[in-house]
Amino acid sequence: MTISTLTRGGAQREQQHCLRKMERVIIAMQDPDIGLKMRNQRLLITVIPHAMTGNDIMEWLIQKYNITDEEAGHLGGLLVQYGYIYPLKEPRSLILRSDDSPYRFQTPYFWTSSRWPASELDYAIYLAKKNIRKQGELVDYEKQNYNLLHKRINHTWDFVVMQAREQIRASKQRRKADRIVLECQEQAYWLVNKPCNRRALVRNRVKSSICLESFMKFCDQYHQHDPIMSGCLPSNPWISDDTTHWTINTDLVGTPTRLRVERWSFSFMELLNDCLGRREFMTYLEKEFSGENLCFWEACEDLRHGESSKIILKVEEVYKTFLSPGAARWVNIDSKTMERTLEGIKQPHRFVMDDAQMHIYFLMKKDSYPRYLKSDLYKNMLSKAIVPQETKKSVFPFMRRQRHSSPSPAMVSQATEDNGKAKGAGPAATNSGTLS
Amino acid sequence: MRFSISPEMATQEVQPNETLSNLKAESDTLKTKLEDERAKLHDVELHQVAEKVDGLGQFIMKTRRTLKGHGNKVLCMDWCKDKRRIVSSSQDGKVIVWDAFTTNKEHAVTMPCTWVMACAYAPSGCAVACGGLDNKCSVYPLSLDKNENLAAKKKSVAMHTNYLSACSFTNSDMQILTSSGDGTCALWDVESGQLLQSFHGHAADVLCLDLAPSETGNTFISGGCDKKANVWDMRSGQCIQSFETHESDINSVRYYPSGDAFASGSDDATCRLYDLRADREVAIYSKESIIFGASSVDFSLSGRLLFGGYNDYTINVWDVLKGTRVSILFGHENRVSALRVSPDGTAFCSGSWDHTLRVWA
Repeated sequence: MTISTLTRGGAQREQQHCLRKMERVIIAMQDPDIGLKMRNQRLLITVIPHAMTGNDIMEWLIQKYNITDEEAGHLGGLLVQYGYIYPLKEPRSLILRSDDSPYRFQTPYFWTSSRWPASELDYAIYLAKKNIRKQGELVDYEKQNYNLLHKRINHTWDFVVMQAREQIRASKQRRKADRIVLECQEQAYWLVNKPCNRRALVRNRVKSSICLESFMKFCDQYHQHDPIMSGCLPSNPWISDDTTHWTINTDLVGTPTRLRVERWSFSFMELLNDCLGRREFMTYLEKEFSGENLCFWEACEDLRHGESSKIILKVEEVYKTFLSPGAARWVNIDSKTMERTLEGIKQPHRFVMDDAQMHIYFLMKKDSYPRYLKSDLYKNMLSKAIVPQETKKSVFPFMRRQRHSSPSPAMVSQATEDNGKAKGAGPAATNSGTLS
Repeated sequence: MRFSISPEMATQEVQPNETLSNLKAESDTLKTKLEDERAKLHDVELHQVAEKVDGLGQFIMKTRRTLKGHGNKVLCMDWCKDKRRIVSSSQDGKVIVWDAFTTNKEHAVTMPCTWVMACAYAPSGCAVACGGLDNKCSVYPLSLDKNENLAAKKKSVAMHTNYLSACSFTNSDMQILTSSGDGTCALWDVESGQLLQSFHGHAADVLCLDLAPSETGNTFISGGCDKKANVWDMRSGQCIQSFETHESDINSVRYYPSGDAFASGSDDATCRLYDLRADREVAIYSKESIIFGASSVDFSLSGRLLFGGYNDYTINVWDVLKGTRVSILFGHENRVSALRVSPDGTAFCSGSWDHTLRVWA
């Protein structure tokens, strides 16, 4: 149920509505009197008629709707994403640049709203044309799609190739400028409307029996750890009003519970997701002189999930500390991945370290992690771990405990920041009330 | 037969009948082929495999806390990582942060719009995000200075062209994932408000989303009014898997704790389980007596139980493996609109149109 159904007495609102609104904007932009001033734009050696710059678009939007730069950028960006305006330079980058980059209006024939859902046959013909024209120089994902489609609709492939050849022949008879315009329009359309389920048929699927068995196993393994299924020790705070269960399970508690330490052995992800587990694992790695692996992984996580503004800085740091020749904490990655990563660093972005991070993650998972679980460090942790006594409800039949408040995480981190300590200390619940 | 694209054609009316029926036939053939491929590896049903698992005994869960304070329908809620705090949002524009354990209200913000349909707690516990009919998602840092006006520090992050239906922080306070009535999902950088990635593929309003707990943490799922549940790659913006078996709007999607499957709740009064590796629906949780839609679903920590909040004011508890209903919980006096299990699995919280939230354990 959507808000539209609730507020408009049942009338379903569809996406078509949005598209119509966008089209009204686009039509206004092309109005001979109040619309954009278009001119010829040069693309390499050809002159493309009826084009405008990104700046023109921004200015027009700001003026017409009396909005800020920021909002005009957003709105303009959406018009490009939905394919109503397309860039002439860097056609694959569907963003609005507020400079003199040239743009053009998409012909209504190719509007997302007027076209039926992009069919695979049309897409196949488009790719076949490109293949013939550029003599096999399709982009990576286009090559993949071409091969997939070739397998999937093999029975009509002759038709596809014939159509492609026909269309190329017909286009050769047009003026160069017109031809280029049409090619731009078509390319822009397919960039926005690639059929989605092309991968669906050739996906690697796993047998049901294997998948379902894994659910049994998971539920079984975690059964004891599920408080709703098995209760928790000493008692469930929500039922007994006693917060001991939380106190003994804080992030960096001195002595963890047995259940918690056991859980680290379920999967590498469980170990890393627990601050205490991760700290123990780091201690172990440092003993083995491979602590830099975990540090590298953490730095990559920080890069991936951090602010956009810090990306370039972080990539540099990671390179200097972990990847450059003679780096202080050099990580051992295979040469292919290293080569790819170093190449990628030239144009730093959020995901530039993904390959390297994956490599190190699996190295730790397959090698260091299993050995950690067999180590004395882990075994000691397990033997020291506490098993709290279950609080029998019958002992306090009529007592209603005082419910104590805990410091808000917002305050705790403010305080620790003031003290110059690292963040991460969880809320420390106060002692449970004394009984009288 | 097919037409070639010519300049004249570009301004002409397309013959709808001729081409649409061809394409529809093509599309239907492909859909059947897809179902055939999926069925090839389906060698056993979930309840068959689950026969050897012990049944669940008597199941008792009660309301342990009732949070009163909203002046109108509660639409959304989220837990803080500290396992006891909650943020909730309501139709009257209020967003409240509670310490659910003591039932004290710690912060309250009045949004400039009504119907705040989405709210989320930041992983650090230092901020909350919310939005709704304003088409935006805004982040409010939580200040403990009683005199400080939280609304003053508000940061506008996401901008959609229709209402915000759901939002969630990713692994840090720095990125937010949103879904909207405009049919898209989007990933945003909180600090700059920049759009990092947008996700197109739903043919109608997107109502819900959930982030994958997987090792590589790069995917999420969304459900919409087009009855589809889509799996997305956060890096490329591509839809990598799609499931269309529900008969009506999908109101809620939630990953199974291992990340290999997910559950959905729909207006068709069923909840379903989809296995991502087998690429198919593997269970339907329904009963003849359940007529009203499920608005919100979540798993218990081990994934054995699925809790569903329904529009008939009840909460049904399902045995995920055996497919049977374990219990029905009464208490709310109007539609249940939101339901989440706490981060350590000790309880779950439900929000309702009866203006209250309840914590059950």
